[in-house]
Amino acid sequence: MADNVKPRVRVPRSAVAGEAFEIKTLISHKMESGARKDSDGNTIPRSIIHHFSCDFNGENVIQAALEGAISTNPYIQFEASIEESGTFTFTWQDDDGSEYTDSKDITVG
Amino acid sequence: MKKFTLSATVAVSLACFAGTASAQVSDALVVDGTTISTSAPAADWLDIDQVLSGWSFRTDETRALQMDDFDNPGMIFVDQAIDDWNTVDGTAGKSCASCHDGPESFAGLRAELPRWDEAQGRVMNMEDYINVSRVEHMGAEPWKWAKPRMDAMVALLSLQSRGMTINVAIDGPAADMWEQGRELYYTRVGQLDMACSNCHEDNYGNMIRADHLSQGQINGFPAYRLKNAKLNSTHGRFSGCMKNIRAQPFGVGSDEFRALELYVASRGNGLSVEGPSVRN
Repeated sequence: MADNVKPRVRVPRSAVAGEAFEIKTLISHKMESGARKDSDGNTIPRSIIHHFSCDFNGENVIQAALEGAISTNPYIQFEASIEESGTFTFTWQDDDGSEYTDSKDITVG
Repeated sequence: MKKFTLSATVAVSLACFAGTASAQVSDALVVDGTTISTSAPAADWLDIDQVLSGWSFRTDETRALQMDDFDNPGMIFVDQAIDDWNTVDGTAGKSCASCHDGPESFAGLRAELPRWDEAQGRVMNMEDYINVSRVEHMGAEPWKWAKPRMDAMVALLSLQSRGMTINVAIDGPAADMWEQGRELYYTRVGQLDMACSNCHEDNYGNMIRADHLSQGQINGFPAYRLKNAKLNSTHGRFSGCMKNIRAQPFGVGSDEFRALELYVASRGNGLSVEGPSVRN
């Protein structure tokens, strides 16, 4: 697992059914591109978050494939609208196989 | 027709530019419902009328990043510092949390630093306080200045004073050091033969190539800079400035930079603590 990885998510506590609201996500990660070399000339192996997904009550909301050119601490912001109360789950997949998750509850009303 | 379109475009872009320039001071920096003052009347010993935070000189996009703690990338490092706060280190088997109630107990400290400390018998910066704690109370190795862990901890402790008015004492035992700092500020150095004042006092608000010159205030430090995606310490920034004018920088944590920090901090008296701020 890469060092100092901490997912952060902001979702409103409540929403109006069918009305779009904003979700912000940020995960601290060094996002080593795999293109850099160390002082001895050896390639530093790639170590990035390569996949992000967000689900609501088991249904997929958004998926993103991240590549080596994405800068450190990737920040993803998007909008969603829901019809019922439930839980958003967020998943980031690391090159080293680790998976970081976070979840937020939201109520409609 | 073609010519007409072109001149119209130029006119529009000029109008936009004038718009941003005039909006410079009037906009307010509001974070979490708290308004942070980004301008203040200058002290009477200054040759300028008004002191302005570096925030006022940045683009709307950069300013917006600082107006929401979620968007402020500097907060990532604050989170890391909270982990360090609770991490036991050194021979005494203590962490910061073992002795202190919480980072909140340092509210107000950043606004007064650097300041003369009677017990230590010298002018102390935030870094000094952190290292005194680490060495004397925790029995741990002192952290190097301008390195990630140190800068993150400085950011965490600065954050506790956010919005408080900078009030650095320039009289009393610190007066000699302040005088030395003032001298450095106005001394031309380097191949370009420039003093701090040439850019940050005589020409703030003007462009130096693609950069918008600010007053060089340090109320927002440690600052997250978009150019290097990390927190930058005051002394690290001083070094950068000196390299830009092709001078040999004084060392990070050196007596010269300590004096300069005291003087530059006092130039910002009346502004608010912003750290960790976002700059480009």
